[in-house]
Amino acid sequence: MFDELTKKLEYTFQKLKGHGKINEKNISEALREVRRTLLEADVNYKVAKDFIEAVKNKSLGKEVLRSITPAQQVIKIFNEELVDLLGGTVSRLKDSSVPPTKIMVAGLQGSGKTTFCAKLSLFLSKKGKKSLLASSDIYRPAAKNQLEVLGNSINTFVYPYDKEGAVEIAVGAVEEAKNRGYDVVILDTAGRLHINSEMMDEVVEIKNAINPNEILFVADGMTGQDAVNSAKAFLERLDFTGIVLTKLDGDAKGGAALSIRAVTGRPIKFISIGEKVDAIDIFHPDRMASRILGMGDIITLVEKAEEAVDREKALKLEKKLRKEEFTLEDFYDQLQQIKRMGPIENLIEMIPGVRGLKFKDIRENGDELKKTEAIINSMTPEERRKPKIINGSRRLRIARGSGTSVQDVNRLLKQFSQMQKMIKGLSRFGFGKVFKQFGF
Amino acid sequence: MKPVFEKFKTGLYKTRITLFCKLKDVISRGKKFNQEFIENIEEILIESDIGIETTMYLMDELKEQYRKNKNFDTSTVLGIIKKKLKEIMMECNTPEISERKQEKPYVILVVGVNGTGKTTTIGKLAYKYKKEGKSVLLSAADTFRAAAVEQLDIWRKRAGADIVKTKYGADPASVAYDSLQAAISRNIDVLIIDTAGRLHTKVNLMEELKKIKRILKKIKPSAPDETLLVLDAVTGQNSLTQAKEFNDAIGIDGIVLTKLDGTAKGGIIVPILKELKIPVKYVGMGEKVTDLALFDSETFINALICD
Ligand SMILES: Nc1nc2c(ncn2[C@@H]2O[C@H](COP(=O)(O)OP(=O)(O)OP(=O)(O)O)[C@@H](O)[C@H]2O)c(=O)[nH]1
Ligand SMILES: Nc1nc2c(ncn2[C@@H]2O[C@H](COP(=O)(O)OP(=O)(O)O)[C@@H](O)[C@H]2O)c(=O)[nH]1
Ligand SMILES: [Mg+2]
Ligand SMILES: [Mg+2]
Repeated sequence: MFDELTKKLEYTFQKLKGHGKINEKNISEALREVRRTLLEADVNYKVAKDFIEAVKNKSLGKEVLRSITPAQQVIKIFNEELVDLLGGTVSRLKDSSVPPTKIMVAGLQGSGKTTFCAKLSLFLSKKGKKSLLASSDIYRPAAKNQLEVLGNSINTFVYPYDKEGAVEIAVGAVEEAKNRGYDVVILDTAGRLHINSEMMDEVVEIKNAINPNEILFVADGMTGQDAVNSAKAFLERLDFTGIVLTKLDGDAKGGAALSIRAVTGRPIKFISIGEKVDAIDIFHPDRMASRILGMGDIITLVEKAEEAVDREKALKLEKKLRKEEFTLEDFYDQLQQIKRMGPIENLIEMIPGVRGLKFKDIRENGDELKKTEAIINSMTPEERRKPKIINGSRRLRIARGSGTSVQDVNRLLKQFSQMQKMIKGLSRFGFGKVFKQFGF
Repeated sequence: MKPVFEKFKTGLYKTRITLFCKLKDVISRGKKFNQEFIENIEEILIESDIGIETTMYLMDELKEQYRKNKNFDTSTVLGIIKKKLKEIMMECNTPEISERKQEKPYVILVVGVNGTGKTTTIGKLAYKYKKEGKSVLLSAADTFRAAAVEQLDIWRKRAGADIVKTKYGADPASVAYDSLQAAISRNIDVLIIDTAGRLHTKVNLMEELKKIKRILKKIKPSAPDETLLVLDAVTGQNSLTQAKEFNDAIGIDGIVLTKLDGTAKGGIIVPILKELKIPVKYVGMGEKVTDLALFDSETFINALICD
């Protein structure tokens, strides 16, 4: 966790008390901790090394601001640099002046290309753009079928063909899109290893045949040190224009983002955050930076909350989170709103450190939610604000009143106190500052 | 009878190992055990994905030996690292899970996160068992992912096995149940169950796996006789979390490490072995039915740091 790194750094700096300035001596140990955090997040060894070296030089001689600790200062600098390196701002797709815009998708096996193609199509259709999907994956069993099923589920036309070469399919699909007046054609390709020269030749041939406006390299967000090798090889052969990171709905830190970005210099354009076709998001460098440093994606969480609840309530929640005043009442309120926010597991997992809580899928598990509501309903307002006073006899009363068991009450209280602890951990870093930094 | 899959000593893997050895290169260039040398070694270790802890452990060992020995020769570094890695890996030598001892059908449940190579591995396993003269039934319990059933069906044909399938959206546990019953009534030797890829963070999906296991046990108490976790060699440190969580949820008997035909080394299995003591049973090295091999720690270590 970000918080963990902060704690470690606080400790490091404590040992070297009384430094008003960051200097060679007091920073070296701190940098070791940062380096460890990056490596644990799967950032490539060399990339991490270069990055730390570059940032170190920027931090040397910097005055430590009075309002924060040196540890926070170091993290702040690293965070800013990381955001910068990851691309600074959001990068959008290029359009072709003459339709259709041709988007080609490539990458290793199982990285999430086919699913992403469908997601992108849906994403574009929400922006009013009609796209045609085509699969030039003639190798993986049922690959074309997979895209067809996905296409049907979002009412997108999938280019039909039988038994053609990958290149002919690509050319045919572009032709079809032109004739039928589509705005965009999205071409899925077979997964391939960067060291398989025949397969790499094939994908280059496809590229040369259709001359895409965008070539997106789809990489698994859980990728380890090897990310630099595959990304470099694909860049060399394909000269791709953008990157997509997938499976970020899990708990991988996603250091591959930094590695791939650093060795290719191409912008990361989208992230994929689930198996369903609407689980796509534009890439936000700031969020990725906090994820790599271990802060979780609290900003996306707040943003999602804002989508579903009115802004005023979201602001109130944010304030409460900051002041560590999050009570069971708010928890209850949240549950109500969460019901409207979609897949709860996605949201919960964006909160750092929260995964261990074993939240049941509240959306699909209506009983659990009803139980929770009933339990909180049976509490007095004072109990909701100060759960600490809920002793044994109160627990029994609440259980009886809500028609649940004492174990149910215990479980809820435990979940809640874990949640509070987690929120405290966040605030220690100076929640307000983080939010301000990201323009809240 | 000759085993269908040899231990993975041949093919691409071997070529890759011998082509270029970074570690040997570093050792031949660095005669002094200095900061630069240490960093170079560290880089090779970290880049194999064995993780920072195992790397530190190995580096400490080297530093210790250096401290103890006035005439420390850097050329011994390779041997020391190999020896230590072997120690870690030996702690959980693959206990040959014998399919013969079990009551028929021998039930294999295959699990893992999305896209690691579960279905492909099942195709390869089916082929292996068929070649050994066994009857094989596949269970299409991935009823979620688009065209997952069709994909498995193609592998079934390649392997010459049978399949039990239902419609999409069906409860995977009930598919598993039906297929086990079918396997029993048809007197099948090996039943292999494909499951949808799932991230270990999705609580309800992990519950679903537990349910599959519970339901199998109702018919055959020893089932699943073998639960295989498929890990992708390309994945970094998250594989350790995956192994922990899947093991906690349903218990894992063996690991299959796939995509070793690429440049990723899959070093993360070293800390997995160290912490969880789950043996690695097979490695995947390609997309053909024959691209599966029995795991061999010696070859693996050599490839990790290279011979
Ligand atoms: N190079 C290589 N590719 C592999 C290997 N094993 C599987 N693949 C490929 O990786 C991709 C995903 O494989 P699947 O078998 O569909 O993986 P899965 O785990 O069943 O995927 P989901 O069911 O979608 O979660 C396919 O393109 C396979 O051909 C391997 O050992 N080496
Ligand atoms: N959890 C999760 N799974 C994903 C995501 N994107 C794709 N998948 C799954 O990963 C597996 C491989 O995806 P697929 O699109 O077939 O990959 P391809 O081989 O690169 O075309 C499938 O099981 C998908 O459902 C994602 O963002 N999150
Ligand atoms: Mg595909
Ligand atoms: Mg599958």
